Amino acid sequence: MRVPGPARPVGAAPAITPVRPAPPSAPAAPSAPGAPSAPAAPSAPGAPSAPALGEPERDHSPVRLAQLLTPDGRRHDDVHSQFVEDVTDADLTGLLRDMMIVRRFDAEATALQRQGELGLWASLLGQEAAQVGSARALADTDMVFPSYREHGVAWCRGLDPVDILALFRGVNHGGWDPTEHHFQLYSIVVGSQALHATGYAMGAAIGRGAAGPGAPGAPAAPGEATIVYFGDGASSEGDVNEAFGWASVFGAPLVFFCQNNQWAISEPAERQSRVPLFERARGFGFPSVRVDGNDVLATMAVTRWALAEARAGRGPVLVEALTYRMGAHTTADDPTRYRDPGELEAWRLRDPVNRLAAYLTVRRAVNAERLAVFAAEADAVAADTRRRCLALPDPPPERIFDGVLAGETDLLRGQRAMLRRLLGGPDAPVPTAAGVPAAPSVPAAVRRAI
Amino acid sequence: MMSTLTLAKALNSGLRSAMAANERIVVMGEDVGRLGGVFRVTDGLQDAFGADRVIDTPLAESAIIGTAIGLAMRGFRPVCEIQFDGFVYPAFDQIVSQLAKMRYRSGGRVALPVTVRIPFGGGIGAVEHHSESPEAYFCHTAGLRVVSCSNPADANTMIRQAVASDDPVIFFEPKRRYWDKAEIDPDAPLDAAPPLHASRTVRAGADATLVAYGPMVRTCLDAADAMAEEGRSLEVIDLRSLSPLDLDPVLASVRRTGRCVVVHEAPSNVSVSAEIAARVSEDAFYSLEAPVLRVTGFDTPYPPSRLEEHYLPDVDRILDAVDRSLAF
Repeated sequence: MRVPGPARPVGAAPAITPVRPAPPSAPAAPSAPGAPSAPAAPSAPGAPSAPALGEPERDHSPVRLAQLLTPDGRRHDDVHSQFVEDVTDADLTGLLRDMMIVRRFDAEATALQRQGELGLWASLLGQEAAQVGSARALADTDMVFPSYREHGVAWCRGLDPVDILALFRGVNHGGWDPTEHHFQLYSIVVGSQALHATGYAMGAAIGRGAAGPGAPGAPAAPGEATIVYFGDGASSEGDVNEAFGWASVFGAPLVFFCQNNQWAISEPAERQSRVPLFERARGFGFPSVRVDGNDVLATMAVTRWALAEARAGRGPVLVEALTYRMGAHTTADDPTRYRDPGELEAWRLRDPVNRLAAYLTVRRAVNAERLAVFAAEADAVAADTRRRCLALPDPPPERIFDGVLAGETDLLRGQRAMLRRLLGGPDAPVPTAAGVPAAPSVPAAVRRAI
Repeated sequence: MMSTLTLAKALNSGLRSAMAANERIVVMGEDVGRLGGVFRVTDGLQDAFGADRVIDTPLAESAIIGTAIGLAMRGFRPVCEIQFDGFVYPAFDQIVSQLAKMRYRSGGRVALPVTVRIPFGGGIGAVEHHSESPEAYFCHTAGLRVVSCSNPADANTMIRQAVASDDPVIFFEPKRRYWDKAEIDPDAPLDAAPPLHASRTVRAGADATLVAYGPMVRTCLDAADAMAEEGRSLEVIDLRSLSPLDLDPVLASVRRTGRCVVVHEAPSNVSVSAEIAARVSEDAFYSLEAPVLRVTGFDTPYPPSRLEEHYLPDVDRILDAVDRSLAF
């Protein structure tokens, strides 16, 4: 969906040409907390100007938050309401269903790990609204670069949940086709994907006027945008900061979506930054907004705004979604060692699922029966996912050698043959490193070859 | 048409013809556009192909590789320049964990045809971090192809082959040989050239085998000249490819000469020469008349340039090793 974007102090970034720095009198997109973008400074000469949505706010505090649903489920409007005017109660009910399903799936995955069926699980508990609200703002053609906790985004993109479990079960490193659902592989080295997303988005700009439509390297789909997910911890990585700089100067159509879930394993967000994370964008010359990430409607609103900015060729936007990791970092973590239990209780009052359910219940868009139907659906997804997870076969041992390079090297061919032989496979000569067969009956040769 | 080109010009010519033939190829790096690169390897390419295809990037090596990965994901074939060997380390994660592993992680679905050009090696009197030989780090990483050219003809064909590869290629350019000249045909068809990963015997000999790559190939040829004056003939093999290794010509040679000396500028500890020594010992054990010897940079950080002539392998050090080998 196209939505009008607020004005920027500088003109649209043309293709890959670096954006000219704004004149001193027009600071580049200072983000007004509470407004999606706040430059009320005069536009560059010749640039089309649109009415600014909020007052420019140079004072960083108090930081306001984009919020359309209060924690107890009451609706209020602010400047972001315009981006979700078309969202009906039925749409919101769909988001509630998404959130209930991914929460239930997540619980099932945690259980599977506890039962020894997964090597590890990174729970999304508490971050359902941030993920579903942002993901449901995307168009099918937008590319998603996830971190490793974006199971809710994956669900909204149409991935089979079993594909996510396969990674954590150790069956593969990511078994889905990134182009099928426009959802890239998970990225475990936090922040590294921010650069991939930046390059991908730069390519959308370069691609205009390049290869023919539909071809790799083809022009971007009209209004195509890219979104990259990362966390408060990753915001300290050099790669994320390099991505901010590059996306800015190249005008890349990219939404940086930071889920600030307050904790990077045991380190609180205050250990990552002395300023609110969304304010970092200002220094890089692009706008940002901080949103209540447990408010699915507000999250959708600000993401739509951010995507519209990107689609319009106005470059990147940073969204900081304030949320809370209600569970452990992963199943290998024990948050009781570093977290005050009272904090979790405080965040329970801001639970994203309960909030939306309360709102829709008051509006009589859902009732107990409807919620029970969703819960049953979620149970069915969980049961089906569990059944198919347990049925995932271990890959054949020789899979180790597949896909290292486009072709197999002599070195790997020899090692593959050796493994096959050691596993008692078809009779094969014992290879040496150079592939010269040795007498299979000589144990020393086997030992040497190992 | 034959023309006399420096190694740097031969690279330039190879890049130019590759870019003309394939509009998905983009060149990116620090100072590669307007300036044409600090060694002028990309000279004139931005004028020819525009600023969208020859991109002057911000100074961030991790981002040069990381964004190239993203570009490759949507069908481009990026050629990245890392300005100097010692500047590649900020990009280490993006090369080793991201670029190298994406095909494997994706079960073969995602190919990343990214070429990373790195001027490497010493001998030009540079300040620190401008003379290093980091190739072993990348040879140790599965999922990368690692090559090094030693002469203008190879520079021209190998860069074209690297850009055509569907895998990431780390392309080491011998910076002190950038100004070496040779008469080459920059439009020679690639199918007439040796494959990218083939090593090549560049001088035939009978008494010992010298194995080298990149800048040390010429030094070995000089050593062979010197040895010829003493009535001994040295065979010289240019590895060209460091990963995967093509050891067949090396093994065939060692089976004839019985002696092998491996030469590179990089330090010896856990190096390319260590791998070659192990493989030759394993696969030509009964042919060896002497242990495989190595002539390498010392296992120190690269010294100040006033000392580099003592650090770098030269003809005397190579001949000393050959003498030791022959004395076994």
